[in-house]
Parts: sequence; structure tokens; C-alpha cells
Amino acid sequence: MSVLVKKEEIRLLSGNEAIARGAFEAGVKVASGYPGTPSTEILENFVRYEGVYAEWAPNEKVAVEVAIGASMGGVRALATMKHVGVNVAADPIFTASYTGVRGGLVIVTADDPELHSSQNEQDNRHYAVAAKIPMLEPSDSFEAKEFTRLAFELSEKYDTPVFLRTTTRISHAKGVVRLEEPAGPAFPPGFTPDPAKWVMLPVNAKRRHVVVEERTKALREFAETWDGNRIEWGDRSLGIITSGVSYPYVKEAFPEASVLKIGLAWPLPERLFREFAAGVSRIVVVEELDPHLETHVKTLGIPAQGKELIPIVGELDPRIVRQAITGEAISVRAPETVPPRPPNLCPGCPHRGLFFALKKLKVTVTGDIGCYTLATLPPLGAMDSCICMGASIGNAHGMEKALGPDGAGKVVAVIGDSTFLHSGVTGLMNVVYNRGISTVILLDNDITAMTGAQENPATGKTLHGEPTRRTDLPALCRALGVEHVYTVNPHDMKQTEKVLRREVARPEPSVIITKAPCALLPEHRRKKRPVYEVIADLCTGCKACSRLGCPAIEWVPFTPEESVAAGKKARQKGMSRISPLLCDGCNQCPPLCKFQAILEKKS
Amino acid sequence: MSVPRGDVFLAGVGGQGTLLASEVLCDALLLSGFDVKKSEVHGMAQRGGSVTTHLRFGPKVYSPLIEPGKADLLIAFEKMEALRFAHYLRPGGAMVVNAQEIFPPSVATGQERYPQDVAERLRAVTDRLHMVDALAAALSMREVRTVNIVLVGAASHFLPLPEAAYEEALKARLPEKFVAVNVQAFRAGRALLQPALLQ
Repeated sequence: MSVLVKKEEIRLLSGNEAIARGAFEAGVKVASGYPGTPSTEILENFVRYEGVYAEWAPNEKVAVEVAIGASMGGVRALATMKHVGVNVAADPIFTASYTGVRGGLVIVTADDPELHSSQNEQDNRHYAVAAKIPMLEPSDSFEAKEFTRLAFELSEKYDTPVFLRTTTRISHAKGVVRLEEPAGPAFPPGFTPDPAKWVMLPVNAKRRHVVVEERTKALREFAETWDGNRIEWGDRSLGIITSGVSYPYVKEAFPEASVLKIGLAWPLPERLFREFAAGVSRIVVVEELDPHLETHVKTLGIPAQGKELIPIVGELDPRIVRQAITGEAISVRAPETVPPRPPNLCPGCPHRGLFFALKKLKVTVTGDIGCYTLATLPPLGAMDSCICMGASIGNAHGMEKALGPDGAGKVVAVIGDSTFLHSGVTGLMNVVYNRGISTVILLDNDITAMTGAQENPATGKTLHGEPTRRTDLPALCRALGVEHVYTVNPHDMKQTEKVLRREVARPEPSVIITKAPCALLPEHRRKKRPVYEVIADLCTGCKACSRLGCPAIEWVPFTPEESVAAGKKARQKGMSRISPLLCDGCNQCPPLCKFQAILEKKS
Repeated sequence: MSVPRGDVFLAGVGGQGTLLASEVLCDALLLSGFDVKKSEVHGMAQRGGSVTTHLRFGPKVYSPLIEPGKADLLIAFEKMEALRFAHYLRPGGAMVVNAQEIFPPSVATGQERYPQDVAERLRAVTDRLHMVDALAAALSMREVRTVNIVLVGAASHFLPLPEAAYEEALKARLPEKFVAVNVQAFRAGRALLQPALLQ
């Protein structure tokens, strides 16, 4: 599907859609990324444009390396990732800062203050400072598109990679965007050998470091005069310095105040800050997470308030900003107390079968990043750790080495297909190499599920939807030196448990691949599946099925009178019911019922 | 009712289609010449958890987030979710609530009961409470997935847009084969509330 291009069209786009549009308008030819909330939709939208190439890389490091290669080849290139993805990609990023670019090179970091879907809330503006790479920070979708275009121009003009930083409320908020005609770089593609620039031997890198420092000075001059860094004079009694999504919150909370809006988060101007400070009687810096702008302001010797008023944890909103600055508590109705509704594995999720079986083994489970991290929550409660992408395998190995013979057969690593390919392979190689005995469970649901179903090297399809060779997961594990690799159907919990018990006891590394498609995949949803029901007369209310934690299985509580009226014993406290709207027909619950009360529903 | 600006808060359960509903509302508002901002969260929360959308329109909108106590309209796709986010409604704001109950894990596993007094507690928040059975309306069209658009239809009484704007938005947003049933769902939803009953 191609997105139509019309002149001067106004569209309502999310920040991510706007970045994709901006990249298309900037003539980007190659884009690579790894899915991660809140960045995923950038490439999913970009790939729909005519004449572009986009791909899912196995991880963010590879994505950045691909983008660097494309830039060397003389085309504009984009790499996208979530904030923690930049940690993975930091190695090539820091040296790309030295080499600079040929075609414009832009790296999107989508940060997640409030941890809506992340394991930490790191502030990636620090990366701009540390890697000496300029960073643009849009405040809404409109700027997201404009800044993306600008990022490519700056990249080529100053011979540097450029960061574009969003946060969840930029990436996933919609706003009006002005579409323009695409315009690429003013030179043709092609690689020109230039070892002094591209081969970072110490002797060359030393000289490039000098170039980097000069470049930062030039960019600081740009920061003084670019209108994306601007003063909006208002009431001079309050001056607010802000950037990113905090800017609209400030405009909403203090429409009269003077505002210094920063669009380039690094490098920061100096004269502009001084001009602003001279014009207002009180300065407050309003920014989410760390005191990045505030530290700079204070380094200049400008007295300002910041994190003593504005929270360092979580995201802001206009109310938080208003209360923090005025000190006035605005009374609103207290939230009502209702039962919590945390996210849960979907009905029909194959992971549920695995974790139900795994819980019975009473082993320590080192976990990883994916939907299956939700198995931590009750009633499954079958995960003990989750650090970062790929960590489960190294964690299990380390714990076994720590526990010695006492730990044998007591630790299991759990990791998804996409996460394994992202950064679990090296962990497994390490287990084999260093004479470990870990049991690794590879949850292969044939998709990168958590981020909304993206292809990966083991699914057999590219981001463009073309068929491709699949990474053969069992063959890969064997190639790493794992002799015991078994594939099970996790919906068959009895068989799964049997294999688990056998492999956990084995004093050698083994991999159990639980293979069943994600219940949300369209191919699965199109299949005709049975729907199960609880035969009320047979249900004794033993709750064996409830322990699955399936959203489709509902508990109907009884009073003693209701119980008797239903022909049950007075002490039966209720019965199970299966919602026909939610049941996916996975057949996990029927074998759990000793009373054969769960049967296929006759249509 | 005609307002030059408004804050609409949508609350539901992951998988109920709140996203499509808010897209349709946004498109209809944009087509009618409003500035619009909308914010929601993707990713982990969508797996059966509470999901919310903040939708704001007016001549010029800055913040994509609605402050607690400021929403003019709360559209809840599930009864208990209305209660969870009732504090976002401004005094005198309106609520359109789907009477459907979806059990959260603690209720589904029998740890606690689904609150029995949701309607009364909602009425204590606002006397402009409109409870509708969007699920029944969707099932009567043999398309359970249209619950979201039925609710858009019911809520449309509280937004300053002509019916045509919604239908145009549905046509622009959906694949052709789903347009007819969704337009039907919108009309069915709109018919659930009689303008005469509305304050």
C-alpha cells in the first residue's frame, strides 16, 4: 500500500507517523530498526512509501551499523529504536560520531518516561552529550516532521550523525502535520574511499576527535540563532525554560509566561540563555526526567529553579507543572477504588501453557523482555527476574555458577524467539563454551509479539512483507554446541511438563523450544477454532481451571442459598464460566478439569 | 450541544477497539475544522489491561493530555473502567458508559468480586450518566467487533459534529468491506440515546 502524496496537505499524524513522513520527504533510501515501544510505528509507516527500503534488524546495534553503511554509500539513512535500544547500539554510535557521514544519518531514540512499556526510564539526552552528537527534540507531531527533515540537512552540513529524541507522548500523540514534497540530498549515491575518515585506526580517530570538537563549536553557534531555539516573551515575572513535550504542558499551564523553548537538546546555546535570564525575574526549568537543561543553565551561573520543584520521576502533565510552580494544590475528585486491571496474557496465548507447567517444577526462572514477562503476575507468578533483552540466559548461567552443585537443575532461562535472536544467541554460546548446564526455554510464537506483531529473522518474512529464508532455531542452537534441543507444543501441558522435568535434571545445556503461534496473528485468528464451555451441573468450583489465569475463564461466586438453588452443595462457593466472546479454543483448560466439566461448545 | 473546544477521555480494556474509535473521532473532528491532539499508550498495557485515550479539540490545542477533573465527556467501553477514570470528568461533564462487564484477573480468579454498585457510584459523580448496552447492539448486527463504533454513535450526541462527519471518517479509515457494518453500528449507537433525554 502506498501513501498518496499531495501538495500542501494537512494530516493528523502521530509523532511516529510524522517522523516516517519526514524521512520520506528527506529522501531517505535505507532505514533499519528494531521494534520497541514507543518507536515501532516509525518503520511500519515508513515502509509504505514508494521507493524506500526499510528493514527490521535483529537488534539495534545492527540497525545502526546498516544505517552507517548506507550513509557511507551516499544515501540518507535512518535508524530507529526505543531508549534502551540505544544502549545496545551505543558502540557504533559513539564511533560514527567521529567518522561523520556522507548521506545524512539520523538515529531516532524514543524514550519512555513513566515506563508505559519499558524496564527503565533512562533519559537519552545524556547520549547526545556523551557521544558529542547533536540532538533535536520535537514538541509535537508538526515539529516531529519538520525536525526530521532538518536533521538530515544538519547531518550533511555538519558531517555528523544526528539524534532525534521523542518521548511516548510525542511518538504516540497525534497532531496536525503539514505535508510537503520530497527532496533528497544534492549528490548522487556512491562510496568514495577515504581511510582517514572511515577507518578508525587510532591514528585516524585521533584526528577525527579534533574535528568532532570543532563541529560541536559550530553547532553551538547554530543553536544560538536557529529559530527552533526561541524566546517567546510574555509576562516577565516568570520565565520558563523547556523543551520536548514539556513545552505544550507549559503553554497550557502558563499561557502568559515568558518561555525559552529549546528544540536542539544538544549542543545548547549560551547567549540565548543569558538573554532570557536578563529579561525575566524568576527562572524555572521544566523538563521530564533528568536536569539536562537545568544543569547547563546553572553551569552558566544563571540562578534557576528546576528539580527542586519539578519531579525527576515519571512524566509530567499541565497539572503537575502548574502545581509545582505555583505551589497551589488544585483539588480534584479522588480516584475511585476498583479492582486493578493489569495487562494479562491473551486468551489462547501459548506462553500460558508453558508457564503453568513450569510453575509446577518450582525452579528459579530468569526471564526476559516480551509478553511472557507478564507471567510474573498472579496467578501464574512464574518468573523471578527480568533485566534487559537477552539477559535471561546469562543470568541463569551466572546463578548456576554462583550456586555450584546446589544450583544444578534449579534454574531455567525463558526467552522469546525475537529476543533470542536480538541478544540471546551469544548468551547461549557462553553457556556451552563455559561448561554451563542451563536449561533454556525458547518461546517461539513465530512473531515479535509484545510490540504488536513484527517480523523477525525466524518468521520467514521481511518488513516489506516479502518471503525470505528463516533462521532455523533448532539448527542454530545445535550449531552453538547444544546437543539437547527439543521442540514441544506448549498447549499440551502434560507433554511440556514431562520434557521440562527431564531436561532440567540433565547435567548438560539443553534448549526446549515451545512452538505455537501467537494467538493474535491474523493467520491464527482466521482458523476455525472450537469454543469451550463449562457444564454447570458438573462444575464443583474447585478452581483448577482458574489457576491458568485465562481472561476467558470467569469465576461466578455463589451465596449458600444460590448454591443450593443451583442443585449444588451449600459449601460450594461458586463455579467457573467461559466467556464465549473471549475463548480462543486453545484446549489448555479442558484437561485440567478432573470432573470433565469443560467441553467443546456445540454451535 | 455546540462547544468550540472539548476534552474527551476514552477508557476501556485492551482489545476492545478504543484505538479505532478514537481515530474515527479524531478524523471527524479534523474534517470539521478543529485542531486536534490525541494521546494513548501502546505496547504492554494493551494486553487486556486498562487502556485510555486522551482526545482534545478546539481552535488551538497544546497539551495532548487531559488533566484530571477537566474532561467534558468520558466514553467508557467497560463499566468498571468508567469508575476507574471517573475523576477525569469535570463537574457537570457527561458519561457514556457501555454496560458490558469484563472481569479483571482478580475477579476472574475469584479473589475479589466485580463491584456491584458501579452505576450508583457513577451517578454520584455526574447526573449526566448514560449507560448503554453496546455489546447487545453489536451482537444484534452479528459483528461483536463493532462495540467501539456503537459507542462512538452514542457519544456523538455530545460532540459538535454532524452525523455525516463520522460516516465520512469511517469511510476514510476502514477497508471498504467493513464500512457498511460500521456505519450501521454508528447509527445503532446514536439511536440508543434519544436527544430529548439529553441535558
